[in-house]
Amino acid sequence: MVTINGVKIDAAGQTVSQYLETTDYDIKKIAIERNGDILPKAQYSETTLMDDDSIEIVSFVGGG
Amino acid sequence: MIPTKEEMISALEERMGKELQDRFLSATVAICGLGGLGSNIAISLARAGIGKLILIDFDRVDITNLNRQQYKVSQLGRYKTEALEENIKEIAPYIGIECHTVRVNEDNVAELVKEADIVCEAFDDAACKAMLTEAVLEKTPEKYLVAASGMAGMDSSNDIRTRRITKKFYLCGDGISDVEAGIGLVAPRVALCAAHQAHMVLRILAGKTEV
Repeated sequence: MVTINGVKIDAAGQTVSQYLETTDYDIKKIAIERNGDILPKAQYSETTLMDDDSIEIVSFVGGG
Repeated sequence: MIPTKEEMISALEERMGKELQDRFLSATVAICGLGGLGSNIAISLARAGIGKLILIDFDRVDITNLNRQQYKVSQLGRYKTEALEENIKEIAPYIGIECHTVRVNEDNVAELVKEADIVCEAFDDAACKAMLTEAVLEKTPEKYLVAASGMAGMDSSNDIRTRRITKKFYLCGDGISDVEAGIGLVAPRVALCAAHQAHMVLRILAGKTEV
C-alpha cells in the first residue's frame, strides 16, 4: 500500500503518471513529495510507486 | 530625524534579545512575487529586523492591487520592486534590499535566490506556485521554502494555517479557497496568510522548525 496524502491506497506498481490519470489533479498546479523529497514532473512517468512509499501531493490554488 | 543604525538595532535587541536579533539581522530572505502576500511578508520581515531581502516581481503597481497590497496611489504604474523598496526603506532604512524586476522561471530561480537562506513563494497563479515550489526544492535543496495556497474569499480566519510538508517545505493557507472560482481577495485574509509565512520565516531562524 502507498500512503498518499495520509491515506493508504492500493497504487503500488503504477507510475506516478498512471496514478495521476485516475485522479482530478491538474498536473500544472501540483508539486509532489515522495518520501520527503521533491519529485520533479519530468520524473512522473518513470517513477513507480512502491509499497510503503509516502507521497504528498500538494495542489495549489490561485490567489496572492 | 532618522535614527542611526545602532539606535534601530538596539531598539530591536531590547525586545527580542541580542542572540535572536542577531539571527534575524544576519539572514537573507527572498520573496518571489510582491502582491498581497509578498508585499506584506516583506514589510513584516523588515520590521522584525531581517538583514537583507531579495525582492522579485516583474509587474507594476495597478489600481486593482490597492485593495490588499502595500502600495500607495502615488505609486501606480511603478515597478513593484522599486515601490516596495521605497516603502520598506521608510520603515527600516538600513535593511539590505536587492531587487530583480524579472519573471521567475525554473531556469533563473536558482540564480535569483542564490544568497537567500529562506525563500517565500508569494505568487498569485497556481501553476506558477507549483513551478516555483518544484524548482526551489529541486535546484536549491539546502534552502527552506515557505509557500502559500488558499487565502481568497470570506471563509474563517481560523482556516488559515501553517503546515510542514517536508523538512524544508512549509505551506500556509486554507489550501482550498481559489481565486479562480471568482471569490476575490480581501486585505485581512491575504495579510493573515502573509503573516503566517513571515512568522514561519522568523521561527525557522529562531530554530523553531516544528509547526
